[in-house]
Amino acid sequence: MSKILKLFSGSGAISIIAIVLGLIVGAVVMLIGGYEPLLAYKSLFSQVFGNTYDFGETLREITPLILTGFAFAFAARAGLFNIGGEGQFIVGMTAASVIGIKVHGLPIYIHAPLAVIAGGLFGGIWAALVGYLKAKRGVNEVITSIMLNWIALYLANFIVRHFLLMEGKQRSEDILPTASVSFPWLSDLMDSARIHWGMLIAVLCSVFFYYFMWKTKQGFELRAVGNNPNAAQYAGMNVGRNVVKAMFISGIFAGLAGAFQILGVFHYQSIMSGSPGTGFDGIAVGLIGMNNPFGILLGALLFGTLTYGSAGMSFGAGVPPELIRIVIGSIIFFIAAQGIVRGIIKPFYFKRKKEKVL
Amino acid sequence: MKKSFKLSIVLLLALTVVLAGCGNNKNNANSGESANAGSSGNTASNVKIGLVTDVGGVNDKSFNQSAWEGLSAVEGAKTEYLQSTKADDYETNLNKFVKGGYDLTWGIGMDLGDAVGKVASENADAKLAIIDATVDQPNVKSVTFSENEGSFLVGVVAGLMTKTNKIGFVGGTEIPVIKRFEAGFQAGIQAVNPNAQLLVNYTGAFDKPDLGKTAAATFYDNGADIVFQAAGGTGTGVFNEATARVKSGQKVWVIGVDKDQSLEFGDEVTLTSMVKRVDEAVKRVSQEVIDGTFKGGSEVLGLKENGVGIADTSSKNVPADVLAKVEEYKQKIISGEITVPSEPAK
Repeated sequence: MSKILKLFSGSGAISIIAIVLGLIVGAVVMLIGGYEPLLAYKSLFSQVFGNTYDFGETLREITPLILTGFAFAFAARAGLFNIGGEGQFIVGMTAASVIGIKVHGLPIYIHAPLAVIAGGLFGGIWAALVGYLKAKRGVNEVITSIMLNWIALYLANFIVRHFLLMEGKQRSEDILPTASVSFPWLSDLMDSARIHWGMLIAVLCSVFFYYFMWKTKQGFELRAVGNNPNAAQYAGMNVGRNVVKAMFISGIFAGLAGAFQILGVFHYQSIMSGSPGTGFDGIAVGLIGMNNPFGILLGALLFGTLTYGSAGMSFGAGVPPELIRIVIGSIIFFIAAQGIVRGIIKPFYFKRKKEKVL
Repeated sequence: MKKSFKLSIVLLLALTVVLAGCGNNKNNANSGESANAGSSGNTASNVKIGLVTDVGGVNDKSFNQSAWEGLSAVEGAKTEYLQSTKADDYETNLNKFVKGGYDLTWGIGMDLGDAVGKVASENADAKLAIIDATVDQPNVKSVTFSENEGSFLVGVVAGLMTKTNKIGFVGGTEIPVIKRFEAGFQAGIQAVNPNAQLLVNYTGAFDKPDLGKTAAATFYDNGADIVFQAAGGTGTGVFNEATARVKSGQKVWVIGVDKDQSLEFGDEVTLTSMVKRVDEAVKRVSQEVIDGTFKGGSEVLGLKENGVGIADTSSKNVPADVLAKVEEYKQKIISGEITVPSEPAK
């Protein structure tokens, strides 16, 4: 436990200060815009914790963010900038839809896990493609993963339109009930909020992330490659294989997020006119969480709470949803620009040192 | 760690003080749940009506905006809207109103169909209404439009006024609603000018002005002189391209959609507009709730019900004899003499 705490040391405080600074900037912006920050933040929290339905829906909002956050962080630990979480997410959605709709006659305890695994697997393969190009041909992963985002989007729309379409609608048919990963009794308990098993899996994934990265030899290799690929190679590690492996596992996380959105939340796949954005939000979550699995749990909690609570802000205090994006944006800004936060902390430290000298 | 912990507590306290100060300055007028951005109307009665937009938002210059304008014009009810930023939000936003005890909750756009259906079945006591989709629930009022009939009329205008005998159509995604626009437009052109050729391009998006601009440029380069756009925000690009060409001396026109778009983009480029009276429908059904005459079910608004039509300002650019012809066809459609197809002929 103390080791887990150690992972946070320093960075945890910076995160908290960055969040506070972000909230202050948001409050100032709201004041300038003529809204009441205190009322707005109050309605944000009452939106999230006000009743069981909203609380359940907040959990629903948080779940994919945790997983796409892992997708970003896992690759980042191996020195890769996986900006393609979005595409892997969409591929995961599509694979889960295909299995959920087209495979008949399986009992629920096989069908649902199969659809989830398919989503994760295809997300992983989609990302491994990027890793392979990087390892074999040295193609920058940022470029390939961005391009694959678009390919994934249009491929998904093509598949839905040509193989899964419900007559006269802009969406696929419903998945079979045996493929659903919804949590019916908890859902009923929470006033039919869309709760599903994904939350549990996401938390388990954080344990896996931590264990794999810091407790296994493979994880050590990944981190070594991330810290200095040349040194890792000199030490006899296969850099290319580690790059592909990191991207594959990273893609599995994003793919799982997509699969749970389909199997647990929507139960069908729409034809999308634009990217859903969950994969990109995952980058922000990964940054807030400092690429640490438990930090990401908290980061997703924060990000999801703010996103879901924004409806409350516009409802209770009339603050437009754009403004809450400014609050989220400024929090990320302060976390990404740690130097600023350190600069703000510095005077306090100096004071103490001076006292000692005197 | 200890230092930073203390520090964060200090900062938190500072925040509380700052925020409390902020709150006190402005805390005089508003109390409780009165919102300034998202609400309007007078609060004389206790009727509350909510509206949930699709991802276009209330400033889409198209039907979400039109719907909100209609709802804002309702008197005697407290009205409020929530914008959806992604598909996940539809259900929670609808529930926000339904569980908040609103007397009527609007869902705007066919994308909300499934969410409205689900929320309606879970809350049998609540009243809901939806535009552009049909939801088969006893407590839901579904309002759809015969876009093909209105498009027929602008097709007549285009067919009579084209000089090059080439006319363009820019659609958003290939969905049944937009197909109805194309079908009516095509039939209208055919009726008055069988020699005219219709060029069709579906851009695949409602929010990409750049695609609209490219599509329009291709049409105009190929000799088309009138382009009808049914593509929401993508249509803005069609107008931009036409405006640029008109400024450089070329004579091209755009036919607007949903609202009277000459008010937005100017009379120099807007020949006429196919108006879809979403605002009227929202206003009327909302009024029914206030009057207590609301009933679930579905209705289709066409020319007869004045749900679609051509913009009132059309006379600025369209000559009187063409408008007379339009009126003639309008009467024929209303009387049932002409049936406008809802699927484009191939």
